[in-house]
Amino acid sequence: MISKDYIILSPDGIHARPATALLKLSRQFKSVVHVAKNQKTVRLNSMLNLLALSPKFGETITVSVDGEDEQEALEAIGFFFTENLKDI
Amino acid sequence: MKGIGVSPGISIGKACVIRKIKSSIHEIPPESEADILKEVERFDLAVQQAVLDIEILLDKGKHTLLTEELAILETQIEFLTDPQLKEDVQIKISTEHKPVSIVLEEVIQGLIELFGQMDDEYLRTKAEDFNDIGKRILMHLNGGQATDQLLLPHDPCILIADDFSPSETISLDVTKVIGIATRLGGKNSHTAIIARSKGIPAVAGCGESLNQVCDNDLLIIDGLEGLVWINPDEANITKYTILQEEYRKHSEWLKSLKDTPALTTDGHKISLKANISAVEDMETVFEHGGEGVGLLRTELLFMGHESFPTEEEQFEFYQQIAGKSRQMPVMVRTIDIGADKQQPWLNLPAENNPVLGYRAIRICLDRPDLFMTQLRAILRASKFGKLKIMFPMISSLQELRSSKAMLMEAKKQLADEKISFDMDIETGIMIEVPSAALIADILAREVDFFSIGTNDLCQYTLAVDRMNEQVAYLYDPYHPAVLRLIQQVIQKARHNQIEVSLCGELASDPQATLLLMGLGLTGFSMSAASIPHIKNIIINNSIERARVVAQKVMLMEDSEQIKTYLQLINP
Repeated sequence: MISKDYIILSPDGIHARPATALLKLSRQFKSVVHVAKNQKTVRLNSMLNLLALSPKFGETITVSVDGEDEQEALEAIGFFFTENLKDI
Repeated sequence: MKGIGVSPGISIGKACVIRKIKSSIHEIPPESEADILKEVERFDLAVQQAVLDIEILLDKGKHTLLTEELAILETQIEFLTDPQLKEDVQIKISTEHKPVSIVLEEVIQGLIELFGQMDDEYLRTKAEDFNDIGKRILMHLNGGQATDQLLLPHDPCILIADDFSPSETISLDVTKVIGIATRLGGKNSHTAIIARSKGIPAVAGCGESLNQVCDNDLLIIDGLEGLVWINPDEANITKYTILQEEYRKHSEWLKSLKDTPALTTDGHKISLKANISAVEDMETVFEHGGEGVGLLRTELLFMGHESFPTEEEQFEFYQQIAGKSRQMPVMVRTIDIGADKQQPWLNLPAENNPVLGYRAIRICLDRPDLFMTQLRAILRASKFGKLKIMFPMISSLQELRSSKAMLMEAKKQLADEKISFDMDIETGIMIEVPSAALIADILAREVDFFSIGTNDLCQYTLAVDRMNEQVAYLYDPYHPAVLRLIQQVIQKARHNQIEVSLCGELASDPQATLLLMGLGLTGFSMSAASIPHIKNIIINNSIERARVVAQKVMLMEDSEQIKTYLQLINP
């Protein structure tokens, strides 16, 4: 398993639109993805859980990926947090 | 009947009451393993059908729905197919042995409560979506058909309902609906937002008294005051027919002002510009008759970037703005950030008192690398339009001189590199710190224009953080101290024959327009949508009258007196 921390760069935090995009992205990989904030961890396959975690602008979240394509998955998700998110 | 006016306008017409019938199907609680499995299967099937409904809606609306509306529907599909939702339902059925429709209602209710408590307003509104998907699944559990097109009579009517779900509001046929009144909801509910965007008068939050309304009752809806009249008498109908006509004329009048110059009745020209922060905003500026941009905020360009945007990235932004500016002036404010708006590329340490700390021009002068990049980008774009440069938060002459020296250096670099730009680009400052207002005469000699930022000027003058709810009531731009500073800045600018405008919220406050004109202000900058309202005041008044108003106000002792007086003269 590998993991990395990201700071939320979208001023509105993770709202429905970025959340939908993030879920779609993580579904492309075989690995299991979890996100955590303040010791609370949810699996990245549920919009409800992701919104309930409610990551806000400037907060740090930890992404952990476990599976055969974990390297690739973390790279793609990392790119989402550092690049795509600011345009949504 | 009194509710909350959520979409202005008046409509008179027949009521069409939409009542929702609660499911009356009796279900048997599942006991055996096989029963439980069957209930879960029923749930899965209903969800599949519900997803199909929404996919059909999405497909039909591909070209007609707004992006936000499409996003709502896509999010609903995510919710419907959410593994957590399925898991919650499954566990409840198997442990509590309740039929699926009851379990579903409980789970949805739980979600509504969970999100209803969140401190994020956006997430709280998701409760409406949960309600929506819950009802949709329930309908399919009961073998129902999709009824997304609300069944409306052929004649135009006023819709009465508890509230509308997002998917219902989206499918509302505006040619048939002339007004809306709901028992629940408020200014930010889906119904309100859609009604405003479609221009349908609407009143929300009417409460239980709305239940008295029957189909075909004659109704009057006043979406500005939030009033609903049931079967009104002749006198009332006449009164509202006149009001309706007036409202229609007034909005058409405001629209028609687009190309009317903002001249007072005695021929004085006032310049009305817009505050914007993105390229897309340029269109709306001209739609509302704005004469350029009085404040281009550049912070959006810098926010949410991992690294400081390059000169090329910045240049592209300013160039696009200039390209769309129709050769009208655009005042570009250099970056205005501080520790309260954390940037990953700047890595500012937290401060106890960020509004009084390391921010805006202070950062720029401390970090010439960042400042120079922005100045070069603005200068390079200046040959594509009438850009002006504006420095924020200037508090002393020294700061102004250092900023101008940096600008000179940027100009020199570009000239050496043989890159063309507007050599005579106008340079000005924001007056938003009391010290700058007090030395306005000194500063005026060295700039081309002033722009008064009343939001910060007020906060710094009165020592009030307006974001702090406990002291927000002290934040008052009509405080004589603030007005005196504004007066002084305008006077000094005029003595030195430089341009002076005002770009804070006060510029769009109709109560302040005459007062500011009377103090000698000739430029206002505000949100584009406010421009027609302010223009309407200007063209109906004379400078002479404005001067009298200003003279009276400046003699008054406290803001309550001032506000009462201004209300009295601005009916």
